[in-house]
Amino acid sequence: MLYAILCYHDEDVVGSWSKEQDEAVMTKLAVVREKLVRQGRLGPVARLLPTTAATTLRKDDPPLVIDGPYAETKEQLLGFYIIDCETLDDALDVARDLAAANPGGAYEIRPVGTFMPGGALK
Amino acid sequence: MTDTAWIDAALTSARPQAVGALLRYFRDLDTAEEAFQNACLRALKSWPQNGPPRDPAAWLIMVGRNAAIDEVRRNRKQAPLPEDAVISDLDDAEERLAERLDGSHYRDDILRLLFICCHPDLPATQQIALALRIVSGLTVKQIARAFLVSEAAMEQRITRAKGRVADANVAFETPGAVERSERLVVVAAMIYLIFNEGYSASGDAVEIRRPLCEEAIRLARLLLRLFPGEPEIMGLTALCLLQHARAAARFNSAGEVILLDDQDRSLWNQQLIAEGLALIDKAMRHHRSGPYQIQAAIAALHARAGHPEDTDWKQIDLLYGALEVVQPSPVVTLNRAVAVSKVRGPEAALDMIEPLAGRLSNYFHYFGVRGAFLMQLGRHDEAGIAFDRAIALANSSAEAAHIRMHLDRLMRDGGSRGTTVAKIEPAPVGSSPGRSSCE
Repeated sequence: MLYAILCYHDEDVVGSWSKEQDEAVMTKLAVVREKLVRQGRLGPVARLLPTTAATTLRKDDPPLVIDGPYAETKEQLLGFYIIDCETLDDALDVARDLAAANPGGAYEIRPVGTFMPGGALK
Repeated sequence: MTDTAWIDAALTSARPQAVGALLRYFRDLDTAEEAFQNACLRALKSWPQNGPPRDPAAWLIMVGRNAAIDEVRRNRKQAPLPEDAVISDLDDAEERLAERLDGSHYRDDILRLLFICCHPDLPATQQIALALRIVSGLTVKQIARAFLVSEAAMEQRITRAKGRVADANVAFETPGAVERSERLVVVAAMIYLIFNEGYSASGDAVEIRRPLCEEAIRLARLLLRLFPGEPEIMGLTALCLLQHARAAARFNSAGEVILLDDQDRSLWNQQLIAEGLALIDKAMRHHRSGPYQIQAAIAALHARAGHPEDTDWKQIDLLYGALEVVQPSPVVTLNRAVAVSKVRGPEAALDMIEPLAGRLSNYFHYFGVRGAFLMQLGRHDEAGIAFDRAIALANSSAEAAHIRMHLDRLMRDGGSRGTTVAKIEPAPVGSSPGRSSCE
């Protein structure tokens, strides 16, 4: 069975960490990741950039672009894509194609800060 | 168990909201600050034992408010001291309290707190010191260190600034749309000032002042979270991120400036660049250009160039042209001339800066750039005179050393025409001619 682990924290607090604190956490996490990689159990890992860099596409007809992260709480996170795009407009085009295939709800488009492709899963 | 580093980070991040709300209650900066301090002391005692509250800011506001009210009562000797249990038993109340903290106040509380630091009567240095003390919560000692002055002098400066703010009668009513956007412009300028205090440092001050850049970025992100649809705030944040991304490459081990062309681009922070580029993409969709967005777009063109020769100088020339329209200044024209020298050659660039001579007659960068153009044209004698003038006007030993390097090259190469190509660093647009980087 594949599981996704979604990471939540107060980005204000994480943003207030010193570089040393941030690096200390990352080093500890790397140890956990390495163990999983050796066991062939770790897929892609991404650290996202702050929500201030996010754009949201509400899947209305026509879809509506809103600055900032997806803020509603009455809908739930059901999945995610990782895509490679030159610009935000390219990413929005992809999101619009997806929206046409699957209307309703919203897509939050958030740039990825660090991406680790991970190993092949057993 | 909660470790103190986590508590520090939580207190720092909750500070603008908590002090902003306490200021709204008490309408007095000192009372609000003291109330927040008291709340922090209680947090340091309570959080390691009871665990952190779900909403630290709400906790701090309520505890801080109670503590300040108690203080008033105690002074009046009208009421008995409150029982500690009343204050510490907050866990049940917390959820309802968080709901009571009206979400709509949140934005204006923080904006007001930032805004009172930007009172037009306050000189820039006092604005920055006040913001770093009140909004960021840096200690007087830390701020004094960043400004290279004694702690006593900084304490005095902050006290004086607070006095002026208290006399200024800042409106505590919820601002209207027009006033809110006016405040936003002033606050953005103040955040960029903080950034430039860090960015324009050289020599020994680089390491000491770097936290100012980081703090400005934190404040810019905070402001953007409050106003997520403002393209100029996206531009401001992007500009700070893209400039700061080069921090590790901008100075050699002796603290001397390394020019853009000579920087080791592998040292540029790609995460900050990615965030900056994403923000510019967002801003552009609004089609409402402004000075921060244009400057960020220029910084982005440098950031996108893997090698100096990949730089799109033609586009940079156009962007400086646009900046000249929205924010005319001889410093902007001077920067544009650097781009023009790359696109159309030093002759055209020299023609462009000639009319600026009067207004920039005391500006270090003017003579540095002029000398470089003259050198490229093989007019070495005139270049030497310009460089001499630049050294006389240098704001730091690093700036002077950099020009001396050009002079040495001139002397070494004698009159041989066109063998040397002076490299030119654009002047910081945010600074004004004649302004020294520290007091």
